[in-house]
Amino acid sequence: MSKRKLDIFTKGFFKENPTFVLLLGMCPTLATTTSAINGLSMGLATLFVLVLSNIVISAIAPVVPDKVHIPVYIVVIATFVTILQFAMQAYTPDMYKTLGLFIPLIVVNCIVLGRAEAFASKNGIVDSALDGLGIGFGFTMSLTVLGLVREILGSGSAFGWKFISGDGILVFVMAPGAFIALGYLMVLFNKIAKKN
Amino acid sequence: MAAKSNLTNMVLCLTAVCLVCSALLGGMYVLTAEPIAKANADILKASIGAVLPEGGELSEAKPLEVGGQASEYYVSTSGSEVQAYAIRSTTVGFGGPLTLMVGITPDGKVYNTSVLSHAETPGLGAKCTSDEHFYSQFKGFDPSQKILSVKKDGGDVDAITASTITSRAYSLAVKNAVEAFKTIKGE
Repeated sequence: MSKRKLDIFTKGFFKENPTFVLLLGMCPTLATTTSAINGLSMGLATLFVLVLSNIVISAIAPVVPDKVHIPVYIVVIATFVTILQFAMQAYTPDMYKTLGLFIPLIVVNCIVLGRAEAFASKNGIVDSALDGLGIGFGFTMSLTVLGLVREILGSGSAFGWKFISGDGILVFVMAPGAFIALGYLMVLFNKIAKKN
Repeated sequence: MAAKSNLTNMVLCLTAVCLVCSALLGGMYVLTAEPIAKANADILKASIGAVLPEGGELSEAKPLEVGGQASEYYVSTSGSEVQAYAIRSTTVGFGGPLTLMVGITPDGKVYNTSVLSHAETPGLGAKCTSDEHFYSQFKGFDPSQKILSVKKDGGDVDAITASTITSRAYSLAVKNAVEAFKTIKGE
């Protein structure tokens, strides 16, 4: 893998991390990270849509007339989201019940359309796939970390494994805790990223 | 980069993209229709099974009005004898609708209850699914002997600490199911 390709892949983790640096897709980030597993599955669902829509959009971009490119991209993204929704409903009904509304909302997640507009429509198929993978894994990583922090503080467990009995600091399971945890993680992340 | 727009290529492009996408979705729907139906049926069966005595033959869903709302119930029979009824009952809790499945035996006693869906506060009202002391008091509850409302309102139900509204909604849901059961029996 050449250095340029590696850069395209790794920039999603730190330099252009969608959650902590670009601040994109905040709605699913705050709502689904009540536990590490939920964050992880939401991240993976977005990764799936991101990679496939990036590949298809980069392939069809040269023939799409510029005035209708947004509707075309949205149709492509919505198709992959619906495919994912059917698959989750059929094979992982429990996970589907937990993430519920946030699966169809991947269609309007600005990360997906943002990458289609900013990257996939101007670059080749391989680069776009790498970009989708990088940003997708960056998003998954951020959501899992945020979910883990909230789960440890809020329910006293990690990935469903309980290590203190009773309740944790309940506010971290609820919405205000999501904002607080996200804010502190963002500070920490940017401090570390600046040092390197 | 992108092709220059004119009416012909815009219409062609949108039509082609929509055709391909709907074909894909149609295919995916056919592939997953059966597993989805099975998964949904399993969830329903598990929720009904939790509130009924084991070993009964379950009927199809039958329409029923519970607490002024359209709902449904299921009858579990063993041989020709009715074993129990499972009634779906929805009331409004603290955070939104609280939906229960209530199992009632033919003598009018509550067999068991389980929460199908809720939007209660984690750690407070949401304890109605995990606080055994709370939900187990409905097991074998006899509405002809005891009153189905929280102690604060003069009933016999111990409320969850700091979650009176959720406890009220839960008791009301069970009460509505018991009332609805009487209309089934009256038929």
